Amino acid sequence: MTSRSIISIKAGRKPDGVVAVVALAAIVVMFAVVFWRGGYLVTVLQLAMIYGIFCLGLNFFMGYTGQASFGQNAFAAIGGYGSAILCVEFQWEPVLALIASMGVAGLAALVVGYPTLRLRGHYLAMATFALGLITYDISVQWTSLTQGYMGYSGIPPLGIGPFTIEDERLKLLCLVVLLLVGLWISHRLRDSRFGRALRAISGSESGAAALGIRVSRYKLVAFIIAALYASAAGSLFAHVVGFISPEVFGLQMVVVTFTMLYVGGVGTVYGPVIGAVVASLLPEIFRSTGRFQDIAYAAVLLLMLIFMPKGLSALTGSARPQPLDKAEG
Amino acid sequence: MTAAGGDTPLIAVSDLAASYGHIAALKPTSLHVAPGEFVTVLGPNGAGKTTLLRAMTRLIGSRGRVVFNGRDVSALRTHQLAKLGVIMVQEGRGLFGDMTVRENLMLGAYSLGGSAAEIERRFDEVFGLFPRLRERAGQVAASMSGGEQQMLAIGRALMAGPKLLILDEPSLGLAPKVAEEILSTLGELNKGGLGILLVEQKAPLALKLARRAYVLSSGYVRAELRTDEIRSHRDLALYYFN
Repeated sequence: MTSRSIISIKAGRKPDGVVAVVALAAIVVMFAVVFWRGGYLVTVLQLAMIYGIFCLGLNFFMGYTGQASFGQNAFAAIGGYGSAILCVEFQWEPVLALIASMGVAGLAALVVGYPTLRLRGHYLAMATFALGLITYDISVQWTSLTQGYMGYSGIPPLGIGPFTIEDERLKLLCLVVLLLVGLWISHRLRDSRFGRALRAISGSESGAAALGIRVSRYKLVAFIIAALYASAAGSLFAHVVGFISPEVFGLQMVVVTFTMLYVGGVGTVYGPVIGAVVASLLPEIFRSTGRFQDIAYAAVLLLMLIFMPKGLSALTGSARPQPLDKAEG
Repeated sequence: MTAAGGDTPLIAVSDLAASYGHIAALKPTSLHVAPGEFVTVLGPNGAGKTTLLRAMTRLIGSRGRVVFNGRDVSALRTHQLAKLGVIMVQEGRGLFGDMTVRENLMLGAYSLGGSAAEIERRFDEVFGLFPRLRERAGQVAASMSGGEQQMLAIGRALMAGPKLLILDEPSLGLAPKVAEEILSTLGELNKGGLGILLVEQKAPLALKLARRAYVLSSGYVRAELRTDEIRSHRDLALYYFN
């Protein structure tokens, strides 16, 4: 067997053909209908795509590497405010602003992650939670930079030079393409040597170290990758919606993205995207229930978590198997 | 310090000590393994055997000196020791349950870098030693039997090209026949020149294979003896309980 074939074998995670094809067909049909009809659902799907990009990054750190972070919204805020400030105050090209903001977010993740990632479990979760709170406070208090609660408006749409994407359907198309690029990168990295090291850390940090894997460095790299995705999502939100405020990147974002990740399937390749789309559409489906909308939404989420604890991606056969049993030889 | 055979020790540990909070789980302990030697560490539950191995491989904080292949490695961390060839199969196997047999084995070869030919050669060696792993290559580790999982844990350690293989209770939770089969494989590996340090509760099995034994009790080495000096279980019980 060649080394290429060794690397490409991923047995045990092959999606169940029928379910996967049906799910893919449903998604394509749904997008086609929404794209054709236009209207409010286009905006809903735009936000789903942006959250999907955010969740892909979060999945790197929480899913593949098995670490807890409640502070990724901080990096989305860096992306959003970076794009807003650079474009509105300094008239940068949106694409350049997005890339520069990602660079700043990556650097911030490096600086914050180096000491923070020595912590584990609940301690790491609390430290990252504090990071999100600090960033939120900065975005509220540093009004000369962020305009505080008033927020930033007039952020230009995505584009390069004279070409700007103003049409809502084209924005959605652009976001779908960007999400697919993010998904492709996530997929490739997951099954690379790097990705296997991350998943080993998720399984057992001491076990990974005993095989020569430098755990602290890999955790830091995963944290930075998650920050880059979050920053890109924050920038895209700013350019697509045209307005940001501290609330956009507040606690609500943490709760929503966690919900999406667990509904879709944490640690799976497609889970973050599936979760983002489903959790974005569910409230719209229950809109007709009026004041019972939130109750219906919460009830469905609960049922999903009870009956599909591995997330919706388990339906495609791509979720993780049961933990190791202690079977007798 | 020199080993029984007069060689420079493969690994020599001096005054190694470790604590969990205020509890001294391992009091200053010294031991050594010569190149190609099979050494076992015996002792009752709670004697500090696992702590000793975790301290040696720096999986927990410890004091004392560790010399590997003549080099002081006391300041190195676990992953650096692994790259030098000190590979440990942890208690409970430490497999990555959601990965396939092949992926687990590939992670064993992690420190080898991207040399595909070398990885290929090691795959063949491991599959030669444990043919059942070849049959299960595409199966996720979590779905295998305890014996197969232990084979995989040892196979994964071998993929790393160890100079010293450290094993913590490899027979734990296995049926006696399977445990015997796995331990006899360790004997074969040792005959091929691999240094082995084995912590094992099933003393009779370990004593059949090892040349020397350390008896650990209450965090101390109570005795260091050649295994052919232990004539009966009663002798061993005396050493265990001093």
